[in-house]
Amino acid sequence: MTSYDPRRVRIDTPVLERVINGHPIAYLDSASSSLPPRTVIEAVSRYYELHHANVHRGVFQTANEATEIYEGARAAAARYINAPGGADEIVFTKNTTEAFNLLANSWGVANLRAGDVVLISEMEHHANIVPWFHLRDRVGIEVRFIPVGDDFRLDLSNLESLMRGVKLVSLTGMSNVLGTINPIGDLARVAHEHGALMAVDGAQWVAHGVTDVVAADIDFLAFSGHKMLGPTGIGVFWTRTALLEAMPPFLGGGGMIADVRLDGYVPADGPARFEAGTPPIAEAAGLAAALRYLENLGPAAIVAHERALTADALARLHGEFAGRVRIIGPLDTVDRGGVISLDVEGVHPHDVAQVLDQYGVCVRPGHHCAKPLMRRFGLAATARASFGPYSLTRDTDALIDALGHALTLFS
Amino acid sequence: MANLDDLYRDIILDHYRSPRNRGELPPPARRVEGFNPLCGDELVLYVDVRDGVLVDIKMTGHGCSISQASSSLMSAAVKGRPLDEVHATIESFKTMMGLREASLSEGRPDDDDASDLRSMKEINALAGVVKFPVRIKCATLAWNTLEQALAEPS
Repeated sequence: MTSYDPRRVRIDTPVLERVINGHPIAYLDSASSSLPPRTVIEAVSRYYELHHANVHRGVFQTANEATEIYEGARAAAARYINAPGGADEIVFTKNTTEAFNLLANSWGVANLRAGDVVLISEMEHHANIVPWFHLRDRVGIEVRFIPVGDDFRLDLSNLESLMRGVKLVSLTGMSNVLGTINPIGDLARVAHEHGALMAVDGAQWVAHGVTDVVAADIDFLAFSGHKMLGPTGIGVFWTRTALLEAMPPFLGGGGMIADVRLDGYVPADGPARFEAGTPPIAEAAGLAAALRYLENLGPAAIVAHERALTADALARLHGEFAGRVRIIGPLDTVDRGGVISLDVEGVHPHDVAQVLDQYGVCVRPGHHCAKPLMRRFGLAATARASFGPYSLTRDTDALIDALGHALTLFS
Repeated sequence: MANLDDLYRDIILDHYRSPRNRGELPPPARRVEGFNPLCGDELVLYVDVRDGVLVDIKMTGHGCSISQASSSLMSAAVKGRPLDEVHATIESFKTMMGLREASLSEGRPDDDDASDLRSMKEINALAGVVKFPVRIKCATLAWNTLEQALAEPS
């Protein structure tokens, strides 16, 4: 039983009180970064006001409190994704991007040899492309791409031949451009049948889904706090205990060692081995508050609400602007999240976003860090609207109204 | 509050819809590419310089209304002009964008009594861009690319 009411979430979210250019803000950029509720902001403030100290090894009381807050966030993250080995499988990173760099530089360097294949897709965010190119240049791995079909979904018709030589399948759970939700469980099974491991970019997938790493049977997961109502500056890397224990350190420094001598060092055990330097403690406090807040709302209820909003928005955009506004993504809401990329006839995405801003509507223009996908569809950029747990149909109303103004101005 | 009308003046929308000097020039015209990696704007500029005069200029590429209109306005303003005047126009434009300190010895574009006064005045339609700081880079792409083309050894 959850208590989810998006209007209630709206009241909890201070940024949504803003008036932009004389209009109430219509925040439609949650795929870039979501808006934190008061409970998250207060958790960060409370940490700095009452508990701030460096974590671990502290003997005094506030240092112990800070450590408890930080380690408590690890446990909260483990619970949120159903990590089978609990908090010891959660590594805090700066964001999803750093988590992929950790995966490539630690597991990748230790396990991949020249000629081994990492299979990704044309719809990946640069965070799940560039680290593999780095490894290709250093180690000689092959980076192979699953194509995206004209239906804006992975083209899996040649999957069997694409799987040849693959050691890792690394895919986004949900495209940050198309909204497409990929069949991660099915692909994990295929990966395992071929002796490969399965990594998931969960930046959107975790933020806009019900995540269970055991049910999906995946091996690695990366996601970011700020895409799920948490603070910026903290992300999560998860993998199974057995894999984590075999991974060599990536970043070196304080906090990640068991011993350091003049002739070398011994790394720490567990997630600490991957957390060199003072970690994002306040951000962890905020992330834990965000996860608690989302758990109280009920992730399944949020998914249902965002799906209804998306169905309504797709139908109305199609109805109002058929022929003038092309939706770059599936038109149905089966396996599709609340990210709507728009190609507006005769109006560049930057101009779309500029005109929309005049009406308080926040959408993101650009390539959304997915340039191969943009090229696949012959685009330089799109204007992207995306929903969050606080979104309402009134945001769609504002979007459609402002899009009408943009089309009129440039007609 | 910055008003949308300051940005999207009629002259700008006109140059966006009907860009001047589109196309390519054959060698020996110089060919220089300009990119705006943040927005994906791309510009290919062809510049024909002979005897210290910018004889002809053409361009291809794609981008937002501001970058497209700015390149079109620029081409109209510099085509057929001696290079020292072209450089002065570039400086005036960058001053208008707040990228250069205005100096007393420098004339504003509209003080210029050169024959092509009208296209100089049209460039001033871009003055409103400074009220939208993130769009300044859209407006300056063409001008930086032109500067680069002129700096190349012929």
